[in-house]
Amino acid sequence: MITMGIDLGAKNIKVVILKDNKIVAKSNVLAGFEVEKSAKKAIDKAFKEAGVTRDDIEKIVSTGAGEKLAPFYDETKSVVGCDSLGAVFLHPAARSVIDVGAEEGRGMRCDETGKILDFEVNEKCAAGAGAFTEAMSRALEVPLEELGALSLKATEEIPMNAQCTVFAESEVVTMVHNNVSKANMAKAVHDAMASRITSMVRKIGFDKDVVLVGGVANNIGFVDSLNKDLGLEVVVPKDPEFVGALGAALAAAGWKGGA
Amino acid sequence: MVEKLELWRWTESRWTNPDLDWKGKVITSGVDVGSVSSQSVVLADGELYAYSNMRTGSDSPDSAMKAINWAMEDTGLKLEDIVYTVGTGYGRVNVPFSQRAITEIACHARGGNFMYGPSVRTILDMGGQDCKAIRCDERGKVKNFLMNDKCAAGTGRGMEVFADLLGVSINDVGDLSLQVDKEPPPVSSTCVVYAKTEATGLLREGWPKNKVLAAYCSAMAHRIMTLLERIGVEEDFAITGGIAKNKGVVKRLEKEVGIKIMETSKYDPQIAGALGAALFAKALYDKGKRK
Repeated sequence: MITMGIDLGAKNIKVVILKDNKIVAKSNVLAGFEVEKSAKKAIDKAFKEAGVTRDDIEKIVSTGAGEKLAPFYDETKSVVGCDSLGAVFLHPAARSVIDVGAEEGRGMRCDETGKILDFEVNEKCAAGAGAFTEAMSRALEVPLEELGALSLKATEEIPMNAQCTVFAESEVVTMVHNNVSKANMAKAVHDAMASRITSMVRKIGFDKDVVLVGGVANNIGFVDSLNKDLGLEVVVPKDPEFVGALGAALAAAGWKGGA
Repeated sequence: MVEKLELWRWTESRWTNPDLDWKGKVITSGVDVGSVSSQSVVLADGELYAYSNMRTGSDSPDSAMKAINWAMEDTGLKLEDIVYTVGTGYGRVNVPFSQRAITEIACHARGGNFMYGPSVRTILDMGGQDCKAIRCDERGKVKNFLMNDKCAAGTGRGMEVFADLLGVSINDVGDLSLQVDKEPPPVSSTCVVYAKTEATGLLREGWPKNKVLAAYCSAMAHRIMTLLERIGVEEDFAITGGIAKNKGVVKRLEKEVGIKIMETSKYDPQIAGALGAALFAKALYDKGKRK
């Protein structure tokens, strides 16, 4: 059976095609301002990679902030539902899932079938999402991809006072004036963000194993800060940004845990 | 090198009372070192004599010094003539020539009471990096207050971000935002970063600048309303701080609250905190003399 999952996030659109619960194609396209067009592009790319057409696909599930903007789909499913399915599929011992995307942060607890038991979402404040690290990478003039590795070279722990992304930008400027090293500032940024995510996750509590998904999971500096804050090692699957789309494709296939 | 436009630069101000001679009078002062702006107020026998309102630099003591020197400029007054100074605001402990530091909440209530009269019961101070809703009595004493200093939504800093995004001087934002035939739906009122993303999308759709500004001013009014709802608004209702000069926000807020907002003071509405501090300085000086 061939199924497809589309995850229309705030920043990127991810598509995963499954054949008998094996990933046969995935694509990732910037959402931009013409989301429908970008979604079509992402789907076409995945079709090409898998060598299939729409008629070959049994069921399509769409998820994410722009789920209704997908050019075609059979059903929509919540992001937390898709995240937990995807996480349990990749790491069967997952009982808590943290998803840090471009503009949202989510914490959830699930059972062995990937069914949601409880969840908490932040979609009101950029300080607990990828937008925060993006703004900080601009303020520090360090490419986003390098921010994580840079923060691991920090020599000092400097607390960040600002909780708001906009105020933090000014604070970073002040730190630059005070000759704080970029590595120490990068660490301050990741520590601040990790503490936001941790306080969200603590509201619902967490069980091992904790799986971290979403684009920000690629940031090793943030992962390091989060591990220290939570007091455990989170599991980061390969290609963490695709877990939502994978979960959508699994939902389309009716997957409920197991092999 | 291309010179960067500094659209956030609001107009600084300075004023001296032409009908007052300070000589032989008790001179007290108040200095409010805020995160974005600094003000100083000089009183002669408790009457408003001079004030200044300028941008805060990177150094608080220096900003306090600059503010008081500008207020005293061309008056013949010297720092030694001031018998008592109270510092307030975020940098209040860094006013080198002050005898006391008092919180900006108390100072704003006291200053608002002086500027807007004893009938004021609610003062909304809309500052650069925070927003405070203060309930006070007829003597300007604080009864209750609520404050947001955690988030840029609903603060002057948020407005600066928008002025910058749209390439409009911050002084013009309010008036431009009122030049719309129909009020557009507001952008996100919870986060400036999200509002900015939304606004960029709207501009791409072809919205004119004034319509985008209207959507932001209305989001800001909405955000402030959530603060006011929690503390309650009692008449008379006055606004102080930089955003008091932004008619786009004030008019929309008035509509949301459903209570008339008092006409903006003839003095710069940003001086309320420093004015309150100067009034406290006068009271503290008098009290010290009586002992």
